[in-house]
Amino acid sequence: MLEINNLKSRIGDSEILRGVSLSVKTGEVHAIMGPNGSGKSTLAQVVAGHEDYEVSGGSVTYDGKDLLELEPEERAREGIFLGFQYPVEIPGVNNAYLLKAAVNAKRKHQGLGEVDAFEFLKLAREKMAMLGMDPKFLNRGVNEGFSGGEKKRNEILQMAMLEPRLAILDETDSGLDIDALKAVAEGVNTLRSPDRAIVLVTHYQRLLDYIQPDFVHVLSEGRIVRSGDKSLALELEEKGYDWLREAATA
Amino acid sequence: MATESENLESLVNRRYEHGFVTDIATESLPPGLDEDVIRAISARKNEPEFMLEWRLQAYRQWLEMREPDWAHVHYPKIDYNEISYFSAPKSDEDRPKSLDEVDPKLLETYDKLGIPLHERARLAGVAVDAVFDSVSVATTFKEKLADVGVIFCSFSEAVQEHPALVRKYLGTVVPRRDNFFAALNAAVFSDGSFVYIPKGVRCPMELSTYFRINAANTGQFERTLIIADEGSHVSYLEGCTAPMRDENQLHAAVVELVALKDAEIKYSTVQNWYPGDENGVGGIYNFVTKRGDCRGANSKISWTQVETGSAITWKYPSCLLRGENSVGEFYSVAVANNMQQADTGTKMIHIGRNTSSTIVSKGISAGRAENAYRGLVRVMPQAHGARNHTQCDSLLIGKQCGAHTFPYMEIKNPTARVEHEATTSKISADQLFYCRQRGISEEDAVNMIVNGFCKEVFKELPMEFAVEAQALLNVSLEGAVG
Repeated sequence: MLEINNLKSRIGDSEILRGVSLSVKTGEVHAIMGPNGSGKSTLAQVVAGHEDYEVSGGSVTYDGKDLLELEPEERAREGIFLGFQYPVEIPGVNNAYLLKAAVNAKRKHQGLGEVDAFEFLKLAREKMAMLGMDPKFLNRGVNEGFSGGEKKRNEILQMAMLEPRLAILDETDSGLDIDALKAVAEGVNTLRSPDRAIVLVTHYQRLLDYIQPDFVHVLSEGRIVRSGDKSLALELEEKGYDWLREAATA
Repeated sequence: MATESENLESLVNRRYEHGFVTDIATESLPPGLDEDVIRAISARKNEPEFMLEWRLQAYRQWLEMREPDWAHVHYPKIDYNEISYFSAPKSDEDRPKSLDEVDPKLLETYDKLGIPLHERARLAGVAVDAVFDSVSVATTFKEKLADVGVIFCSFSEAVQEHPALVRKYLGTVVPRRDNFFAALNAAVFSDGSFVYIPKGVRCPMELSTYFRINAANTGQFERTLIIADEGSHVSYLEGCTAPMRDENQLHAAVVELVALKDAEIKYSTVQNWYPGDENGVGGIYNFVTKRGDCRGANSKISWTQVETGSAITWKYPSCLLRGENSVGEFYSVAVANNMQQADTGTKMIHIGRNTSSTIVSKGISAGRAENAYRGLVRVMPQAHGARNHTQCDSLLIGKQCGAHTFPYMEIKNPTARVEHEATTSKISADQLFYCRQRGISEEDAVNMIVNGFCKEVFKELPMEFAVEAQALLNVSLEGAVG
């Protein structure tokens, strides 16, 4: 479904991705690990279409289409979801309003009718119950005054509502205490599906205790230096990233 | 980011949609101002002697006044002798008795503005006193209002039909010599609206006036007077659009509101005058004096305004809280884009005991615009127990605009409770990307954020006006993040 081939990307003068190749199929869960500054978040942002990152080489196709040609909102409507590491606050904009606009933008793109307020609320309450969220969240400003855990859970709620085909979760575990981490991981697990691919971007292996990936990739200095199954994550936990970094520069 | 900025530019620079000029021959006075011009205006309107006297005194006072220069706005000096002070559609001599008799060109103009008078007025249950240039040409729902004793007519008509009321209240809230522009208005005002709500009457519908400036080089000087007698209630809507112009047009209106004991006046404005092109050429200069007088105990005056137009806005709808327990409110959204300059705010003057006021001001700046909030809260020595809450928020779109807040407080009674909150925020690229990643277009995202920012004010507007205001904001302002 997602084919990344020798992708290079820079921000300003610094090259961050130096030739990343990755293939993700429907139903798979991939984990991308790596030290700070290795390019994990950049990869996520480039796939989502952030315009600060210039693509200087390589290709990304999604269902056979050239993804790099699409605007960020078009990618989203095509089923790509990015769970942000730092979800922004949008004061004054009701959480429900944003969600409904997002759901309807996607439905419109799919040639479906818009959901009305009643259907929307029903759906939202269902998903919130599933994620153990207080329905009051809907009436608050988007991420306004949310705790770290609430913000991340809100990202998962958006994912549940939008039912993406490809979800990239960027450091969804960062800044969470163990209870919040479990809640978020449970949410992600309920959204695992044969029709959906999930890419977890994470620094630590602890998230992978709760969400079992099919594949683990290690990114270092803008390249994937090692791929394997879940055991690779455990190995990393034990040895640190240095042994792979040496391998990359060798 | 480069492409994003370009898109935003083009959105922000969308051309003014209401820019067109209706071709109707006008009978205008030649440019210039002296006592003869004032006599001519008054004669043409068949005014009684007291009106002429009032105008002439205002003119003489105006001659001795100086144009104010304290506002945070800049514009070339206005030559008051280059302005024509009266213009009326040709058909004035033979006023239409109903909409069927109205010049079809005029109706067409309203249609272009999205105001199909007959249709819309009936559907929305709104009585419309439409001001086209200087003379009212159509008034609807008069009979229905007359049934309950409400007077809603053009100012000229009020002078003819209800001279005693006009004489009793005219200039009692905004005196002739109140300020430079108010004095000019008093001398030369051409027309406007007059409303009287009798004792104990709740006006059965929203009263609405659409203003429109049309004849080239004609400053428009409306004067509105609304009197809510004891225990009455009225909601008044004012909305404006103007055609595109090459030279700046001066607009100096005066609005006076009088609320007697237990009366309530709600005055809502959506202002969409031509703001000038992206270089600021050709926009309306809007120097307005609006003031409400809570004359009786337990009276209430509420101003709600959405200001998106004009090259320059100089406007401070105010409340004189004289009556015991009287309440003043000011809810405002002021948008300034491109080269627009807005210096707007309010004055709340607490005079009576236990008076309270609320100020909620939302300023939005984009392009190279300058947006200033200027507010005065004055608590007089005798105003025991006065309360005020002021909230003043600014939203910046892009990097070249400015927002300024000038709050003044003069508290002369120790029992007063006065609160002031102010915030400044910016639509960030991160917020826009977040929304776009959720499938929402950039344009919709900006609208969503701006509407979220303004919602406290929008909820104060009557329903149909709120929808219009939201649409207007979406047109006049989309995107621009640096």
